[in-house]
Amino acid sequence: MTDIADLYQELILDHNARPRNNGTLTPCSHQAEGYNPLCGDTLTLYLQVEGDIIRDVKFVGSGCAISTASTSLMTTALKGKTLAQAESLYRAFHELVTSESPRADEALLGKLMAFAGVREFPSRVKCATLAWHTLEAALHARKEPVSTE
Amino acid sequence: MSALLVSDHSEAPPVNNAVYDVARLRRAFPILGREVHGHPLTYLDNAATTQKPKAVLEAIEHHYIHECANVHRGAYWLSEKASEQYEQARKDVARFIHAAHAKEIIFVRGATEAINLVAAGFGRSLLKPGDEIIVSEMEHHSNIVPWQMCAEQSGAGIKVLPFDDRGVLQVAELERLLSARTKLLAVTHVSNALGTVNPLKEIITQAHAHGVPVLVDGAQAIPHLPVDVVTLDADYYVFSGHKVYGPTGIGVLYGKREALERLPPYQGGGDMIRTVSFEKTTYAPLPARFEAGTPDIAGAIGLGAALRFVESVGVEAISRHEAMLMAEAKQVLSDIPGLRLIGTAPHRAGVISFTLDKVHPHDMATILDRQGIAVRAGHHCAQPVMKHFGVPATARASFAMYNTLAEVQALGAALRHVREVLRP
Repeated sequence: MTDIADLYQELILDHNARPRNNGTLTPCSHQAEGYNPLCGDTLTLYLQVEGDIIRDVKFVGSGCAISTASTSLMTTALKGKTLAQAESLYRAFHELVTSESPRADEALLGKLMAFAGVREFPSRVKCATLAWHTLEAALHARKEPVSTE
Repeated sequence: MSALLVSDHSEAPPVNNAVYDVARLRRAFPILGREVHGHPLTYLDNAATTQKPKAVLEAIEHHYIHECANVHRGAYWLSEKASEQYEQARKDVARFIHAAHAKEIIFVRGATEAINLVAAGFGRSLLKPGDEIIVSEMEHHSNIVPWQMCAEQSGAGIKVLPFDDRGVLQVAELERLLSARTKLLAVTHVSNALGTVNPLKEIITQAHAHGVPVLVDGAQAIPHLPVDVVTLDADYYVFSGHKVYGPTGIGVLYGKREALERLPPYQGGGDMIRTVSFEKTTYAPLPARFEAGTPDIAGAIGLGAALRFVESVGVEAISRHEAMLMAEAKQVLSDIPGLRLIGTAPHRAGVISFTLDKVHPHDMATILDRQGIAVRAGHHCAQPVMKHFGVPATARASFAMYNTLAEVQALGAALRHVREVLRP
């Protein structure tokens, strides 16, 4: 049986209590909004992309501990990455939290491995992936806010 | 027959009026014996759906094993038997809500479909541009969206009856909202997000003084309070079977005969007609007029069994028991640091909503779940209510006849554990 501490890891609790890169970024090159209608979580993500490199990322929003920590840790992971690296991270993270037998690339994911426990809590997967779906929307300049539903 | 459904028909009703024997009552609900995550199930999401007593499961199984046939069909024994049971369920519903006639009971899928049926009828035939519908601010989305849809279709407008910061409807505002343009007032009996019991009699009397019919969403009232649609003088009263210990997929639209007859048919099909020709079709009288197609026969039979079960325990006795649980919950929750009750109306039933400082309700619900405690976290399909209180979501504990004081205390202890886990 999985323990509640498998979900609420130290790193997740820390990033929930003190989210990094919290705030707005204007002007910025990319921006998108995310929404989880099931729990009312909202998120606005700002990115400053120069050439091929993500120079800065910030976010504002309200959400649960998993959603807040996921967004915070995502922003720290993205800074300085190329767009291609960001895409790889997106795919690796998605597999980590949704696949039944993930081939987790621990070297690639780094601190994001803290979310490995999420897949044991199916109702919380969308909390962990909201930030990443919003990132996809921002990078692909979708005009409609992304929704987890 | 499965072991789960083994009946004991010799048993007296689980509770008599003298002593409310909750332990004995719980044994009538097979699921309450199970464990979740290694803990006994503490089911406190009864406003979402209630658990089903053996009597309901047996009635459904009995229908399928012994009396399965379509209703209102050929003159053969089995169909007559199924029809008889289906119509008996209609009588059970009529008795339960004190309707004047069984034909005023329309079986639908649930409260949502019942409201859609009435709203579709108003939108198609009864509303014109400039007309108004009054809806309260505390409605479930199912008593908002159908009216918006029918307003859009007909050119009518929506007016909102507000509630105050305790979650009490500001009934005095009605006088300002009601006018010659008002064609219907839609209001909930009990709020699913706040637990507020609304002063229906007063609201309906005021609406009727302006000639305005009233639709009452009774989904959250029917398991908790005695309902008498004639005394209330409600024009329409809707509820879902699964929130009153019945199966999912069956619900009720009650309407006064004349209130139903002024509505056009909802869905066309078999059973709802008198004669069909390509030149002209005429419609069946109530209740068949609104029951196109093969109905949820087993569901209706299950609902009838559920209502008889509730009657055997006693609605008043259930009400008293739940009031005690609510009082205990208010006490236990108020003692928790950082906890804010959402909805503090003096008259509440069944539901207690709350937030915990710096803790998202979704995290709360996950942590409680790991201790076997099922509560709802979210906006409860009542986003205007969330907006009023400035919260994206709340956690909600909701009670049923089988909940215990020990379960309420377990909720309190588990909520203290939430802060230990999250250290917000």
